[in-house]
Amino acid sequence: MKTKTVKPRAAAKLRPLAKLWQLRLYVVDSTPKSQTALANLKQFCETHLKGIYRITVIDLLKQPQLAKGDQILAIPTVVRQLPKPVRTIIGNLSDVEHLLVGLDLRPAV
Amino acid sequence: MKKNGFQSSAPKTLLPKCPTGIQGLDEITGGGLPRGRPTLVCGGAGCGKTLLAAEFLVRGAVQFDEPGVLMAFEETEKELTANVASLGFDLAGLVRRKKIVIDYVHIERSEVQESGEYDLEGLFVRLGHAIDSIGAKRVVLDTLEVLFASLPNEAILRSELRRLFRWLKDKGVTAVITAERGRESLTRHGLEEYVSDCVILLDHRVNDQIATRHLRVVKYRGALHGTNEFPFLIGDEGISVLPITSLALNHKVSGERIATGIPRLDAMLGGKGFFRGSSILLTGTPGTGKTIVSANFAQAAARRGERVLFFSFEESPDQIIRNMQSIGLRLEPLVKRGLLRFHSARPSLYGLEMHLATMFKEITTFKPHVVIIDPITSLMDCGTNSENKGMITRLIDHLKAGQITSLFTSLTQGGHALQQSEAAMSSLMDSWLLLQDYEGNGERNRVLYVLKARGMAHSNQIREFLISDRGIDLVDAYIGPSGVLTGSARAAQGALENAAVLAAQQEAAQLKREVERKREAIERQISGLRADYETEAQELRRIAEQVGTSTLMLTSERTASGILRQADAKTVVHPRSRARNGKVHS
Repeated sequence: MKTKTVKPRAAAKLRPLAKLWQLRLYVVDSTPKSQTALANLKQFCETHLKGIYRITVIDLLKQPQLAKGDQILAIPTVVRQLPKPVRTIIGNLSDVEHLLVGLDLRPAV
Repeated sequence: MKKNGFQSSAPKTLLPKCPTGIQGLDEITGGGLPRGRPTLVCGGAGCGKTLLAAEFLVRGAVQFDEPGVLMAFEETEKELTANVASLGFDLAGLVRRKKIVIDYVHIERSEVQESGEYDLEGLFVRLGHAIDSIGAKRVVLDTLEVLFASLPNEAILRSELRRLFRWLKDKGVTAVITAERGRESLTRHGLEEYVSDCVILLDHRVNDQIATRHLRVVKYRGALHGTNEFPFLIGDEGISVLPITSLALNHKVSGERIATGIPRLDAMLGGKGFFRGSSILLTGTPGTGKTIVSANFAQAAARRGERVLFFSFEESPDQIIRNMQSIGLRLEPLVKRGLLRFHSARPSLYGLEMHLATMFKEITTFKPHVVIIDPITSLMDCGTNSENKGMITRLIDHLKAGQITSLFTSLTQGGHALQQSEAAMSSLMDSWLLLQDYEGNGERNRVLYVLKARGMAHSNQIREFLISDRGIDLVDAYIGPSGVLTGSARAAQGALENAAVLAAQQEAAQLKREVERKREAIERQISGLRADYETEAQELRRIAEQVGTSTLMLTSERTASGILRQADAKTVVHPRSRARNGKVHS
């Protein structure tokens, strides 16, 4: 029921003008938590951004100096590099509703 | 020294301490903050939390070779660098030399969307990376509470903060966490719940329209600490807490004596004046000449080629120079030669701690031999009694350590000169001069006493203090049966005594003349008698001659008649006639 009402709206609000969605996923170590986040993100992109997304996973355990640039505090964090402007979503991305709002695919209610 | 004193009285299982290098704070805490543990610094806006934290880091890096990480949640690296540069901290330079890492953490809540669970591992990674990159021993988190505004999920935040403090302890870094003062609790978000080893409370409050900063160690687990509230100031060289208790009485003293510029006053002080490096209190009611005595002292010192710093809290330099000119003290040439410097400021211009800071700065730059503070009492209006005493103690200590002679004037409210605050202050002073008014005969006169002069013989006498267009003079006051005579009463007494002397002199002269006259009369009598005698003697001689002549004639007649009669009797010459030379022929 709910997904049915959501899907057409989400599809209508999709921004086809962006040809490439560049997403960065910040994690620390390959813990189950980070695995969950990556899986959630991939699933989301396959659903909404099929073919036009690219995900970069940054493990801060290996590259801690990168945390400063995107002002990473919370883990996991997804940063939308492209299209501009930069968007930040924190959490394991289990909440698709919030992720849609966070990625500007749907305006906040 | 103090540190040892603290330690010996503390239990044996001592916390290792991490010296902050902040003036006074280490004395209060008995050596610094707990090493390897977080310390919470809380206080309201503008009370110096960030500065304290920044100074802790900078001093750590510069003085103790302990690199530090500053994680700033409120200010950017640039802003911080600019802010602490005013305290003489070269943050940028320390960052370049890899002594300090500044990490600006910023989260805009509106730009962040939550989706599912998360933790703050990113913060840990950043902090850990910063610590490891320079081998930091100190960490400052300023102000962590900003996170409460930027992260929507407070439950996660709280559990992560708890983990963070645990993690900091495990890392072995000494951390300072700043936090806003809460209305009911120490901090707005109850951070004291997590940081329980050491809590320092800063406070900026206004007393009588004058703001003063205070510092209090609320809690220090496992160590003795000063529990009082201590005023602190933010000066050119950072924070300086003023713990009275920490002042050590071990400054060197000089045996050299310096003249006061008033010869009679020097005479009252064993003939040589004050000790160099001593502190002198000059109290007096209004208009007794405190500033004049100070100016005299200043002039005398400057004429010896010493530098004099004159803090005036009531008059402008020009006014002092003009006023002193009227009594023949020419200060302007000394100012021009750079020997005398005035520093005038309204006491209410800023708080006590700021005054102290400026005074310290002036003293440090001008390096005076003599410092005059006129009057210390106006400065004391800025704070409470204990603050003032602390400040003066600190000031005197600073001056004594530099062998600087200090003269403080103190205005008493009239009535009895020994007010309680004065008595408290006087115990800090080496010498105490008292200027007082004497009222009587419809006039006021100034007198001066030496109330105390440590370490030298001094006069116990009251002296009248005269101010004329030629300067100051001290004259002996008459002590009469009805008390001290000063001014015209003294002059009248003087005149009276002069008259008596004159009368005595006149009487003596009179007597002398009388004697002379008598002698002359007797002389005259003597010469009269002698004249009489002469007359008589002449008469007698004449008679004697007549008798002699007639006898001779008689003899010669007899001889002649004897010859005539052929008499055979011999003629005899009279022996007496022979004694009269030439008068009787043989």
